[in-house]
Amino acid sequence: MHALILAGGLSHERDVSIRSGRRVHDALRGTVDKVSLVDVDTELIPTLRHGDVDVVWPLVHGATGEDGSLQALLELVGLPFVGTGSHSARVAWNKAVSKAVMLRNGVATPDYVTLPQSLFREVGAEQVLDTVVARFGLPVVVKPVRGGSALGVSIVHDREDLARAMVHCFAYGDTALVERFVEGTELAMSVIGTGESARVLPAVETVTDGAYDYDARYNPGRVEYFAPARLSQAQAEAAAATALLVHRSMDLRDLSRIDLILDSEGLPQVIDINIAPGMTETSLFPQAAEAAGLDLGAVYREVVETAAARA
Amino acid sequence: MSDGTPTPREGTRLDPWYGSYAQRAHQMRASEIRALFAVASRPEVVSLAGGMPFIGGLPLEELGEMSRRLIVEQGEVALQYGSGQGDPALREKILDVMALEGISAHPDDVVVTTGSQQALDLVTKIFIDPGDVIVAEAPSYVGALGVFRAHEAEVVHVPMDAQGLIPEALEATLTRLASAGKRVKFLYTVPNFHNPGGVTLSLERRPRVLEICQRHGVLVLEDNPYGLLGFDQEPLPAMRSMSPEGVIYLGSFSKTFAPGYRVGWAVAPHAVREKLVLASEAAILSPSNASQMAIATYLDHFDWQGQIKKFREQYRERRDAMISSLSEHIPEASWNVPDGGFYVWVKLPDGLDAKSMLPRAITARVAYVSGSAFYIDGSGTDHLRLSYCFPTPDRIREGVRRLATVVDAELETVRIFGTAGGGGGDTVDFPSPDLF
Repeated sequence: MHALILAGGLSHERDVSIRSGRRVHDALRGTVDKVSLVDVDTELIPTLRHGDVDVVWPLVHGATGEDGSLQALLELVGLPFVGTGSHSARVAWNKAVSKAVMLRNGVATPDYVTLPQSLFREVGAEQVLDTVVARFGLPVVVKPVRGGSALGVSIVHDREDLARAMVHCFAYGDTALVERFVEGTELAMSVIGTGESARVLPAVETVTDGAYDYDARYNPGRVEYFAPARLSQAQAEAAAATALLVHRSMDLRDLSRIDLILDSEGLPQVIDINIAPGMTETSLFPQAAEAAGLDLGAVYREVVETAAARA
Repeated sequence: MSDGTPTPREGTRLDPWYGSYAQRAHQMRASEIRALFAVASRPEVVSLAGGMPFIGGLPLEELGEMSRRLIVEQGEVALQYGSGQGDPALREKILDVMALEGISAHPDDVVVTTGSQQALDLVTKIFIDPGDVIVAEAPSYVGALGVFRAHEAEVVHVPMDAQGLIPEALEATLTRLASAGKRVKFLYTVPNFHNPGGVTLSLERRPRVLEICQRHGVLVLEDNPYGLLGFDQEPLPAMRSMSPEGVIYLGSFSKTFAPGYRVGWAVAPHAVREKLVLASEAAILSPSNASQMAIATYLDHFDWQGQIKKFREQYRERRDAMISSLSEHIPEASWNVPDGGFYVWVKLPDGLDAKSMLPRAITARVAYVSGSAFYIDGSGTDHLRLSYCFPTPDRIREGVRRLATVVDAELETVRIFGTAGGGGGDTVDFPSPDLF
């Protein structure tokens, strides 16, 4: 079997994607007949068509890789691939859409509002921001409605910092999502499998000095990880059930990572869905697999073989 | 796992040596800004960020043959360890290069290094204790700031104008620091076609700067990678030529020939030179013999001055493309017109923040370096550095056109919110080497 890993691309998360791709490539080497790692560029379609590829693993983070575009292309070419299909990817990628779907499915997620930049222009920024604060209080979380790796994300504690956070966010995209900040235990729930056969790996708890921002995510040191998380059985089960509900109800496939906060009431509130979770040295999915006592190479082989069987 | 409250236990920080690092290493972190530059290497992106010379302008076929012959005919020396101070034959030839800027020296005064960046590190290593003060231009070369941080120096910036470092400001700064009991070890300056400022320290100011430093007991570290890359005028005399005992001079083949060889040099007063040699041997044993011999051969058998003349013409054409594009597309910004070197230093329209704007630029497929990289405290976000050395004139024009759309969009956002963005994190910028 020839597994082709796609990593890189042109999104803001190119660097993370390349690091993820290399880690998966190394873990898969020796577990499948052949594994290759390529960038997403003008050589991609010829490689897909003529590269004797059996299965593709798109590990491109950010736009193109996670917004369903790359998946749609792979569906068009007719090659099986690891991960969620294009339609569900589109839903998961847009945080506003995915939150709406989650709420419809009975999944708790922090209260939020979606605000395109054009609205601020038309209505007046200060009035909109005052209204946001009146509704959610402070702190709030400002994030691009599409994006990952905490790029463009700010946790705003003071009203006077809100406008700067909005400008920072709009540098990454034209629509912002502002949500109520939920205090609690931050958990990353990694899910493997599809539909009824999907299973949840042990929760990974993150405790960060400051915000869990890009610097914290990719530079070891500022984050203390607990894998498995320091949870009671009831808490662990509630978090796992929520992650599974999201994975299944949103038709996520093969693997995903559902980030949630266990609030002070013990309610898991989902804050992000990742259909192409990071696989770097500091990423959460590999830590969850390790906490479960799983060999990463074996996990990745299982994922690849499952995907290849869909051919 | 139980139904009761879980027992607290130790987590992991994914780095078992986290508690062992030197304090200065904790600021060495990959930043969001650095990650964004990963995209800049893609051909779809017009990178106006990197200070990479136009290597395509070199006679690569002939250089290939030169390298082949070097290994075949002199491989037993070229691939062996060499002298810690550097190949004597190359040191001799370096004198010819420096003579173009009025420097008279002896081969024994020259220490060959792995790029002038290593010389910068060595000088800082032998002079700076933690907390010692280095005075540097505002803005200043990002690669130097990285070295100074690593050695825990306190960097104090002194402003420049169109004629380079302002002597009155230098005098005032040194006086103020002396009054505060601060120990200033050296002035770091890039006098010719400054990186990133693009300006040149005028001939009239050079002796004044030297006199001020001498009076305050401050050594001058003259970093001169661009001095031979002026477009019109003859090279100005190096500061070293005016004060051999008060100046350590750093030279490089990276901009006038090729950075891939990693060969630079230092010329220092003899006692300083001795320490530089010992420090260099401790760090790297000896610079690469193969690289030194390749450069010595190049200087012997190629028309290296003719090549520099070609580079100057190519870079002038690119500078012109950049300046005319800026005038056409971003007239609301302001900039200097460099007479040589690689860089244009652009002041953004009021309210814009170059660091915060960078993600938008990457989305638009154009890259630059935020001015914040060139200040020790991360200020300078109202400026950005554009490099014209590597892209073709057409690509430069396209890059500036794209940048204009970014500026327009960011201006609109800033107008809406009445403030610039505050993103990018508070980590110090450590641009990758190709951006230097």
